[in-house]
Amino acid sequence: MSEIRNYTMNFGPQHPAAHGVLRLILELDGETVVRADPHIGLLHRATEKLAESKPYNQTIGYLDRLDYMSMMCNEHAYVRAIEQLLGIELPPRAQYIRTMFDELTRFSNHLLWIASCGLDLGAMSMFMYAFREREMVMDMYEAVSGARMHAGYYRPGGVYRDLPEQMTRYEETPWTKGKDLKRRNEWREGSLLDFIEAFARDVPSKIDIYETLLTENRIWKQRTVNIGVVSPERAMQMGFSGVMLRGSGIEWDLRKKQPYAMYDQVDFDVPVGVNGDCYDRYLVRVEEMRQSAGIILQCVDWLRENPGHVMLKNFKIAPPTREEMKDDMEALIHHFKLFTEGYCVPAGETYAAVEAPKGEFGCYLVSDGANKPFRLHFRAPGFAHLSGMDEMTQGHMLADAVAIISTLDLVFGEVDR
Amino acid sequence: MSDTLKSVAELFVNRFGDSVTVGSTQSGIVSLDIAVEHWLEVCRALRDEEDFSYGQLTDLCGVDYLGYGQSEWETEHASSGGFSRGVDSLGPGRFDWADRPEADQVEQRFGVVAHLLSFRHNKRLRIQCFAPDEGMPIVPSLVEIWNSANWYEREAFDLFGIVFEGHPDLRRILTDYGFTGHPFRKDFPLIGNVAVRYDSRKKRVVYEPVEIESRVLVPRVLRSDSRYNTDDVDLAVEVPAAPEQAESGEAN
Repeated sequence: MSEIRNYTMNFGPQHPAAHGVLRLILELDGETVVRADPHIGLLHRATEKLAESKPYNQTIGYLDRLDYMSMMCNEHAYVRAIEQLLGIELPPRAQYIRTMFDELTRFSNHLLWIASCGLDLGAMSMFMYAFREREMVMDMYEAVSGARMHAGYYRPGGVYRDLPEQMTRYEETPWTKGKDLKRRNEWREGSLLDFIEAFARDVPSKIDIYETLLTENRIWKQRTVNIGVVSPERAMQMGFSGVMLRGSGIEWDLRKKQPYAMYDQVDFDVPVGVNGDCYDRYLVRVEEMRQSAGIILQCVDWLRENPGHVMLKNFKIAPPTREEMKDDMEALIHHFKLFTEGYCVPAGETYAAVEAPKGEFGCYLVSDGANKPFRLHFRAPGFAHLSGMDEMTQGHMLADAVAIISTLDLVFGEVDR
Repeated sequence: MSDTLKSVAELFVNRFGDSVTVGSTQSGIVSLDIAVEHWLEVCRALRDEEDFSYGQLTDLCGVDYLGYGQSEWETEHASSGGFSRGVDSLGPGRFDWADRPEADQVEQRFGVVAHLLSFRHNKRLRIQCFAPDEGMPIVPSLVEIWNSANWYEREAFDLFGIVFEGHPDLRRILTDYGFTGHPFRKDFPLIGNVAVRYDSRKKRVVYEPVEIESRVLVPRVLRSDSRYNTDDVDLAVEVPAAPEQAESGEAN
């Protein structure tokens, strides 16, 4: 009888189910995973070191490229850290805009997650449905910042500019005209807020469609129920956060427990799972999308009623307007100093965390009083989740490893930084 | 706020005495400096004891304090001819691999900073310790206490060269296979060391020394600003001669 040995297999880094550039060394006993050793760092760009060589504001663009599926939430953690060290208070309108865009970001992140997770587990059509809605969130990003994804919209002291009065519209082309054009522009006749409101009112019905496809689907349940079970104690020990923690039954959401921006002013519920398996994490994410829609509507209502500044009126930190610079010497000097040298942040250290769609995204900032950070460290949720991968996959089949990678909701921009 | 922080700080000093010093309390997080020889025992107490119960280590990272507080742009004199523009610095953006400087022997150069979270008390805590030897920084590993420290310590080892004693699997994690040096140290050039490309004639990937020139667009400037009062909350806590369990319970 021949000797039976475990089989070591290389998974990725170029693999559609690896969600980017994950290289996984799997030790297999037949089709059962004995050990999983993720090799990461293929997307390592030393963002933290680059930030040490740049004035504070020039790093905001890099933040979008960390977790490139939840851009504005990353920016939020970073600008909050700077604001804490500077000790500045934001105008409430800026806080509400941030809350609203954080939730829109959560929405688009979960949409992408449900799309790619569906794709991994064989529900191909989810991709088409989810991307249809996600495209609208991208349009909102574009309307407000000019960029579909890498917005660079949050700034220390507020947000870059106020919400536009006119939502962008489709123009007539030989392919889109007449009734078709009218249908596509139906929500876009008014302001951006009108568009967001129409979207948020409509979207629960879209989530119903996703749920019809997946929630009671026999194949979906076979692939996710009792797969990758994490007990609450282990979830805590392994540094899990966000949905990975709530899916295991720990009711912990920074938006409730340590509120930031305007989360203490809006009403929402925190869904919590029971079994800690992939299916529970799916349910939690779907319910979070519904809650996000509710938060977005509350923010829209407030923003309609309360016009005002969206940026701190402090020229030492935020630049003056173009008009002010034309006839005010001081404003011109401030502008020049801000864009050549930046501002100095008082010495000290701080840690600012936000409840990003994937979990706790934290920013540890050490300043020595210079115009550049001395040390910047990002606590990426995906990094901790992936480190628990080995434990979660042990004893599962190879195909289940794919389901587990999927529900970890990994994006390698933030894992590798 | 400051009162609560002070009572929290008092709690630590009462319990741990000399082995910890309370550092900054900016933005509501107490920062504890722990002597490296007490690192493990204090951490175990922080996890297990009722008053603390920090169940999760959310984050751990290394910090290289080389060049802390150094400015690159000092105007030493101003005359009718102009200002002195002396950029005199060896920041990571101003040298390449071949001319990297010999690092000065700095006391307390490598720090390990961790952020703890207590789900029960909804509190965060920052703990920090310094490696005793700058040439070969060694710090005990926290993996046994909080499993999440595993990859964070691997990262700190990879990027800063801090060795974690007792770590089960201390390998590089983010950098390339066969990488030399520890890239986040302040004496490692910003432009890096080697560049990788595919050579179509050799039909394989080749490693070459980087060709880009190091440059700094905005010099590092420190300006004191009287608007910011950086004075911390007053944390002078009197240490009782013989701290008792009951007392620390009251302080909570």
